Amino acid sequence: MRPRSRAGRLAVDALGVVVLLAAAFPVYWMVTTSFQRGVDITGPSPHLTPIGGTLENYRKVFQRGSFLTALGNSLQVTAATVAISLLLALLAAFALSRFRFRGRKALVVTVLVVQMVPPEALVVSLFRVLDGWQLINTVAGLGLVYLVFVLPFTIWTLRGFVVGVPVELEEAAMVDGCSRLGAFRRITLPLIAPGLVATAVFALIQTWNEFVFALVVMNRPEHQTLPVWLQTFNEGARGTDWGGVMAGSTLMAAPVVVFFLLVQSRMTQGLTAGAVKG
Amino acid sequence: MTARTQAPVPAGGAGRTARGTGAGRPAARNRRRRSPAPYALVAPAVIVLAVVLGYPLYRLVVMSVEHFGLAQQFGRPAPFVGLENYRRVVGDSQFWTVLVRTVTFCAVNVGLTMLLGMVVALVLNALGKVLRLLVGSALLLAWAMPPIAATVVWQWLFDTQYGLVNWLVTQSGIADYRGHSWLTQPLSFLAVATVIVVWMGVPFVALTLYAGLTQLPREVIEAAELDGASGAQRFRHVVLPFLGPIVSILAALSTLWDFRVFTQIYVLQKAGGVARDTNLLGVYAYRISIGANRFDVGAVVALVMVALAMLLTAVYLRQMLRQEEER
Repeated sequence: MRPRSRAGRLAVDALGVVVLLAAAFPVYWMVTTSFQRGVDITGPSPHLTPIGGTLENYRKVFQRGSFLTALGNSLQVTAATVAISLLLALLAAFALSRFRFRGRKALVVTVLVVQMVPPEALVVSLFRVLDGWQLINTVAGLGLVYLVFVLPFTIWTLRGFVVGVPVELEEAAMVDGCSRLGAFRRITLPLIAPGLVATAVFALIQTWNEFVFALVVMNRPEHQTLPVWLQTFNEGARGTDWGGVMAGSTLMAAPVVVFFLLVQSRMTQGLTAGAVKG
Repeated sequence: MTARTQAPVPAGGAGRTARGTGAGRPAARNRRRRSPAPYALVAPAVIVLAVVLGYPLYRLVVMSVEHFGLAQQFGRPAPFVGLENYRRVVGDSQFWTVLVRTVTFCAVNVGLTMLLGMVVALVLNALGKVLRLLVGSALLLAWAMPPIAATVVWQWLFDTQYGLVNWLVTQSGIADYRGHSWLTQPLSFLAVATVIVVWMGVPFVALTLYAGLTQLPREVIEAAELDGASGAQRFRHVVLPFLGPIVSILAALSTLWDFRVFTQIYVLQKAGGVARDTNLLGVYAYRISIGANRFDVGAVVALVMVALAMLLTAVYLRQMLRQEEER
């Protein structure tokens, strides 16, 4: 509610500007620095805009072959994780929302609880287990880890979307001769397509951003994913190449930020749907 | 939810019905027969979860009662040692320091995130259309930043030599912070980590609370106003009780996320923090097991984390169930 007094409105607007700056400035600063020349970054007083800037930092990032390798690894792991988790979650969500079967409730609770297991705690044993399966430094190994950490959420959200489609629609299609699965595929699947996309993007962001397991499972430079590549670059630069590190950081963040802004309203619903609506 | 799932279940596997009988119309009299279809559908997900999550969890428990060091990594059998690792951890003063530090860090971060989140939500609610859209977009931007990228950017802002923060502090005449290192002192290190965690956490809390605020009926506020309630009183007696359930769920979720902070701490330690004085549970478990090859002791610390998470989850689920009952 907008304050009635002029002073009140001014105070609120001032606060709004403070929040705006606090939230956006670090992102602005990352992008700005990435376009600045080294001499300007280390100059006596900071340049607050990228005016008179350069693409040199980006050129250097691409020249390091390791960036493209890491990009390739990230793309592979992300694509595999998103595709497989969506498929498995869709099947499970279909069963959980359209069938009544023994163990259904237990499964729903398990999915909820499993989501709360801190992945950081499992680093210790997952490393050992994957090592035993010869899956360290493989896309399959890291993909498997990501799969189990996005699966509970994906199942939970997709289940919500499927429940939102009246089962009567499927029944009508079945009366017209569709099989159970056919009705689901032809009727429900197109209806939940937007939800499916939002869920996929969520899984994509999680996978793309993940740092801890990428650090442990992909411990050879040629197998690094982008987050670990960025941190290695950052450690190696030791505060001497902020332009380059910020360029790398911008390149890594740009795709997820764009995706996130595209689907965020649906994702917020998903995040809280489970919490508020039960 | 339950009403929808009580839909008639056709006999036989979904796919089989289609191919086997052609028409595959659900037979009403078969409704109660147990069908294998749902089990086949959930099987892949359940198997993956059991093998890649269940089995490592089990291994974690097993490792915690074995001697598992460098030799075992190379295939030597791990002898059973009972509760020795647990005794070791409990008797280690450093573990308790880390635990207390983690709990304190988590409490401070959740408190700040909730407080600032609430303030930002109220500000959003009181803003005009244009500014609200701008502030909302800025919050989304911060929310969308990958944790590693955000941490690296903040590390740059707090950089000792060329960081903007030191320059601003010096320029504004508060103190001469040229060449000031934010990461060598543990308290200052944890403060920087807090800034990053809170910066990343506030947008979700603020936007969710703001969404809740928009659901608050206008008449209720107006009635309170007519009755002469001041702004603070309206917040305390009308707004807060209305948002109560959302607040407690957000607080529970934030607690779950903030007590297992890893990336921020790890990156800042590499940038100049003293690991010993700044470890939180997650990084501590990592350093013991993967850093120092004591997987057995690391497993105990990791199990403490799991136990804490499950405790918090229980509180969270109870909250959810209670809300369900109130409906």
